[in-house]
Amino acid sequence: MTPLLTTRGLTKAYDGLRAVDGVDFSLATGEIRAIIGPNGAGKTTFVSLVCGRVPPTSGTIVFDGEDITHMPAHLRVRRGIAYTFQITSVFPNLSAYDNVALPAQRTLEDGRAKTHLHAAIMSALEHTGLADRANIQAGALSYGHQRLLEVAMGLALKPRLLILDEPTQGLSDSEIDGFMGLVRDIASSATVLLIEHNMDVVMELARRITVMNAGKILAEGMPEEIRADEAVQRAYLGTENHG
Amino acid sequence: MRSSALPPRILVLHAGVVALLFALNFVLPEYHHAVLARVMLLSVFAMGYNILFGYTGLLSLGHAMFFAAGLYGAGLSVYHLGWSIPAGLAAGIACGAALSTAIGLLALRTTGVAFMIVTMMFAQVFYLLTFYFAEWTGGDDGIVLSQEIRRFFVGDFYLNLTDPTTRYLLALAIFAIVLFATLIAVRSSFGRVLVAIRENEDRARMLGYDTFANKLAAVVLSGTICATAGAAYALLFGYAGSTFAGVQYSILPLLWVLLGGAATTLGPFIGTLFMYYVIDITSSYTSAYLLIVGIALILLVLFFPKGILGTIRARWAGWLP
Amino acid sequence: MAFGPHLLLATLEGLVTSAVLALMALGLSLVFGVMRVVNVAHGEFFMLGAVLAWWIASLVSGHPAIGFLAALAISPLIVGAVAFAADRLVLRRLNYEPEATIVATIGLLYIIQQLALTFYGPQARPVDAPFTYRILFPWFGYSGYKLSIIATSALLLIFTWFVLTRTRIGLVMRATQYDRETAQAFGIPVGRVYAGVFALGAMLAAIAAVLIVPITQAHYLMGLNPLLLSFIVVIIGGLGSLRGTVVAALLIGVSDGVISAFFSPTLAKIIATLAVAMVLVFRPQGLFGSAAK
Repeated sequence: MTPLLTTRGLTKAYDGLRAVDGVDFSLATGEIRAIIGPNGAGKTTFVSLVCGRVPPTSGTIVFDGEDITHMPAHLRVRRGIAYTFQITSVFPNLSAYDNVALPAQRTLEDGRAKTHLHAAIMSALEHTGLADRANIQAGALSYGHQRLLEVAMGLALKPRLLILDEPTQGLSDSEIDGFMGLVRDIASSATVLLIEHNMDVVMELARRITVMNAGKILAEGMPEEIRADEAVQRAYLGTENHG
Repeated sequence: MRSSALPPRILVLHAGVVALLFALNFVLPEYHHAVLARVMLLSVFAMGYNILFGYTGLLSLGHAMFFAAGLYGAGLSVYHLGWSIPAGLAAGIACGAALSTAIGLLALRTTGVAFMIVTMMFAQVFYLLTFYFAEWTGGDDGIVLSQEIRRFFVGDFYLNLTDPTTRYLLALAIFAIVLFATLIAVRSSFGRVLVAIRENEDRARMLGYDTFANKLAAVVLSGTICATAGAAYALLFGYAGSTFAGVQYSILPLLWVLLGGAATTLGPFIGTLFMYYVIDITSSYTSAYLLIVGIALILLVLFFPKGILGTIRARWAGWLP
Repeated sequence: MAFGPHLLLATLEGLVTSAVLALMALGLSLVFGVMRVVNVAHGEFFMLGAVLAWWIASLVSGHPAIGFLAALAISPLIVGAVAFAADRLVLRRLNYEPEATIVATIGLLYIIQQLALTFYGPQARPVDAPFTYRILFPWFGYSGYKLSIIATSALLLIFTWFVLTRTRIGLVMRATQYDRETAQAFGIPVGRVYAGVFALGAMLAAIAAVLIVPITQAHYLMGLNPLLLSFIVVIIGGLGSLRGTVVAALLIGVSDGVISAFFSPTLAKIIATLAVAMVLVFRPQGLFGSAAK
């Protein structure tokens, strides 16, 4: 089966510093993949290259058989790549309803969805348990609910690849439990790429794990293989060089 | 907030304002009747400015050029080319649309402070051009459309733009059309995207929106509305001069919108009306009306950044569009 | 007059414009560089400097040089105090938020302009030059005072450069410019630095005005043109670059002098303004600046 997403030699350099350094990466359709690694390993830069927020220095990105390396971000979103931000960035002065309306109306305009706007919005809000808060201003929601709203916005985009950047950061244990259920649910219709620090969440959710360090892929495999990998342990203990 | 149908109270409010202005036509004394006709056209200018500043979050310091594009587009084509008044109106609006497209394509390559300065500079170029071509524009003195030109037939229908009541009702018609057009636009999915761009452009892009194209559409819509106000102003009052292209006419709509409430549909009208009378009343005591403008600007940004309607919306009436 | 001397005269006139423009643009550039504030009222500080210079000179009797020197010393101080107060009372309370500060400085522009009209009046009034010596070229005589403006401006620019790069004041300003929070953490009184920089910027405009007022006369609307020219200089020169500002001032001043000697001044302004807008659109870091921040 052809992979949904592949990158070849993907590199991003800032003033000579290679934040992402020649990454060859491949993701199969329907997978839940986690990317882990120490701070500054280049995880967020890597997914930013994939979703087009940052232009690459060199290398190629292929999504569903199409070279998207130089495609503007908004067109990638319309191809089905959705990104949820590491820092919650819902629109605070709009209601939760309007926040979800923005991605939902986009998919309707593209003809990717055929339902009514209102139905699509409520479905995404119900999916994330926010339906009863639809008319509250997003800025007035609790932090956990804002994170869920962020996911609802991702869902309303009808993504084929949903990139979640540290989605459980700042959530309580019970919120994390609910969240993992949600991700499994999403995975039935979309491929999920997850950056996560919480190893319990990673081991529970991911079918495969990619470990990044210093801009490169250090290891890749099933959760139990990664747990046993010595190089990975060294990287996390900080004895690996940080070039 | 649903984007589908207008909630009744919003419809009632806006229709009520239009109806009230219509009723005032029959009761206002001559002086205030004339003032209100002028204020309605100038608030169309402010409504156009509000689309870009209030809803899209782009602060232009050069909107006088769009108003003046309409003013001259209409005035010059009637004065020099002998076009009819309706054709002149259309020419003015078309000039505004063309100019705002060109300016948008250039100026939107910049953001923030650079956007403000670039728009100011383009407007300054426009202003200087009105002097460079003084042979055609009359420069500071401007051009005056004669009374004969402004009395004409549309089909069998006789219109006399020198008659105060005709002027008032035409100004009201344009005001009402633009008011409802902006109301519909800002409550549409397009309006929602503009607000999203104002709040967080990067996020809007990551929801699949071509933010450049949407901002360009906002500039063109805004510029065209301002040009409509300018064209109507030239034809109804029979005058087009370079004062209207000056930097002051770029600042005034900003002041009106700030005062009335940015990103509110009725704020521009309230701000324009209020400011017009403040200047009118103070000018009987002092000639220093710019002093009032200056102090008003500073007090507004310091203590009253949401403006009149913005504050009312935040405190009491969240449903106001 | 033949073309050569005509060009020399135009170039000299351009150099005088450049000298004044460099001082004024430097003030604008400092304020933007350190505080990130676009001061639209900068031209009014210039105007205020000129009007005050006339007022001070008119109070002093005796040789014109005494009145002029008194104006040169006192007028910038008063303008600096006005700017200091404006920063403390208005800009600081707006937290230097870009849009709000622009609107506020526009308000300031109108207030200063109108007060000048009310108290000074609509007339244009001259200040006597401190000396009237004329330098004789083979083709024409030229005002020695104008040449002294060029020299004075050059001295002031070198002095400013020295303060900015070689003194503790300059170090504090640069630290504040790079990172406001960190500067604060290191005990730099950021609030006072901002007020000081804003006052300093205004004073540079006032000095420029006092220098030029024996040639052009003081008038309450004289601020707009220099404001636009300073914007042009700062944009072309690249923000925060002292060298770029001086080079751009030379370029703009001399070309303005030469172009307006041979073409219509309106056309010259149109072309210059349009060219600068295009620079901002296509090369926002300026022609001489490095990468934009």
